[in-house]
Amino acid sequence: MKTRHKRLAIIVTGVVGLTVAGLFVLNAFRSNLVFFYSPTEVLEGKVSVPAGKTIRIGGLVEKGSVQRSPDGLKVDFVVTDLNKKLPVHYEGILPDLFREGQGVVTQGRLQPDNTFVASEVLAKHDEKYMPPEAAQALKGGTFTPGGETKKP
Amino acid sequence: MQYMHKYASPKFFYTLAGKLTPWMAALTAVLLVAGLYLGLFVAPVDFQQGESYRIMFIHVPAAWMSMFIYVCMAGAGAIALVWNVKLFEMFAGNCAPVGASFTFLALVTGSLWGKPMWGAWWAWDARLTSELILFFLYIGYMALEASIDDPRRAARASAILALVGVVNIPVIHFSVEWWNTLHQPASVGKVGTPSIHPSMLAPLLLMSLGFTFYFFTVALMRMRNEILERERHTTWVAQLLESKS
Amino acid sequence: MNWSEFIRMGGYGFYVWSSYGLALLVLLLNLYLPLRRRKTVRRLLHEFLRLKEQTR
Repeated sequence: MKTRHKRLAIIVTGVVGLTVAGLFVLNAFRSNLVFFYSPTEVLEGKVSVPAGKTIRIGGLVEKGSVQRSPDGLKVDFVVTDLNKKLPVHYEGILPDLFREGQGVVTQGRLQPDNTFVASEVLAKHDEKYMPPEAAQALKGGTFTPGGETKKP
Repeated sequence: MQYMHKYASPKFFYTLAGKLTPWMAALTAVLLVAGLYLGLFVAPVDFQQGESYRIMFIHVPAAWMSMFIYVCMAGAGAIALVWNVKLFEMFAGNCAPVGASFTFLALVTGSLWGKPMWGAWWAWDARLTSELILFFLYIGYMALEASIDDPRRAARASAILALVGVVNIPVIHFSVEWWNTLHQPASVGKVGTPSIHPSMLAPLLLMSLGFTFYFFTVALMRMRNEILERERHTTWVAQLLESKS
Repeated sequence: MNWSEFIRMGGYGFYVWSSYGLALLVLLLNLYLPLRRRKTVRRLLHEFLRLKEQTR
C-alpha cells in the first residue's frame, strides 16, 4: 500500500470512527441534551423531577386557556401535548409569538399540586412560512401549529 | 492524479483565479441584489411572525454557509493531507476566517431574531449550542494554524483539527430532529409538502447562492495573495511583477 | 411605497436592520481584508525582488 493510500485510509477511518463515537456519546447524554420535557413525561413520571428543581416544559398553549390579570402582568394558561395538560402560572412579559394554539417552552418549578410556576416563557414557532392569505386558505381562517406535537 | 497536479500548479491557478474572480464577483452582486429586492420588497409578510421573519434571508444563508465552508475546509484539508496538494492546503486555510465570520453572522442574526420571536436572545438548546461549538472550532483552527510557523506543518495540524470537528456538522443539522429544541426544524430540503411559500423561498435561495459565490470570490482573492507570498522565490512571480510594473 | 413603514418593519425595525447592517459589515470586511493584503503583498514582493537584484 502506498503511503498516501495509507494516509487516506487513516483519515477515513479516523473521521468515521470519531463520528460514530461522537454520536454514541451524544446518544448517551440524550436526556441531558433535551431542552424541555412534555407534560406527559413530567406528569406520568417518565422523567424524575426532584422537588423544587428548575425544569423546562414544552407543548402547546391550549386554546381558550389563557387568562390574564387586569394589569396584564400575571397570566395563567395550560400547556398541553395533546395527551396531558399542565396549568402554568407566570408573571412577566410574554414574547410576541405567545398565542393560543402556539408552541411554548416555559422554565420554572413544578408544584406539589401538579401545577407549574414559570419564571420564563419562550415562544416556539414552527418551520412554516407563508403569507397570511395562504395561511387562511390552508386552514379556513385559523392556523394549526405543526412540528411541536412531535414526541421525543 | 497527474491532472490534478498540473491544474493545481500555483502558477496556472493564479492566472485562472485572476480571470474568474471578476465574473464571480459580478455574479455575486447580481444574486445578492436580486435576493435583497425579492426579500425586502416583494416577499409578503409572514402569517405568524410579520416583518421580523425577513431576518431569515440573512440568518439561514449565513448558517448554511457556516456549515458548507466548514465541510469545504475539512475536505480540502483531507485532500492536502493525503495528496500533498499545496493549493488545497491554501484553500483550507483561507476558508477559516470567512467561515468563522459567517458563523458569527448566523449566531448574531439568530439572536436578533430570537429576542422578538422566542423572547430570548439565547437558549442553550442543541441547535444553538452546536452552532456555537462550530464557531469555536473555526477559532481553534485559526489559532492552531497561526501558532505554527512553518506553513506546511501548520496546514497539516489544523487539517487534522478540522477533520475531528466534522462530527459537529451532522449534529448541527440533525439537532432539531434528534432532540427537543427551541429552534424549529428545517423549512427547506424536506421531501413532501414545502413548508415555506414560493414567494419567500425564492429570495432565500437567491441569497444563499449569492453568499456561496461571495465565499468563492473571497477565497480566490485570498488564495491569490497567498500564492504570491509562498512562491516569491520562483521566476514566474518575478516575471509577473516585472511585466506589471 | 411608504418608506417610514418600510423602515419600521412592523415594529421589528431594530432587529431586522441590525441583522442586515451586520451582514453588510461582514461582507464588506471580508472583501476589504484580501484587497488590503494584496497591496501589502505586492509592495513586499517588489521590495524583496529589488533586494535580490542588489545582492546578485
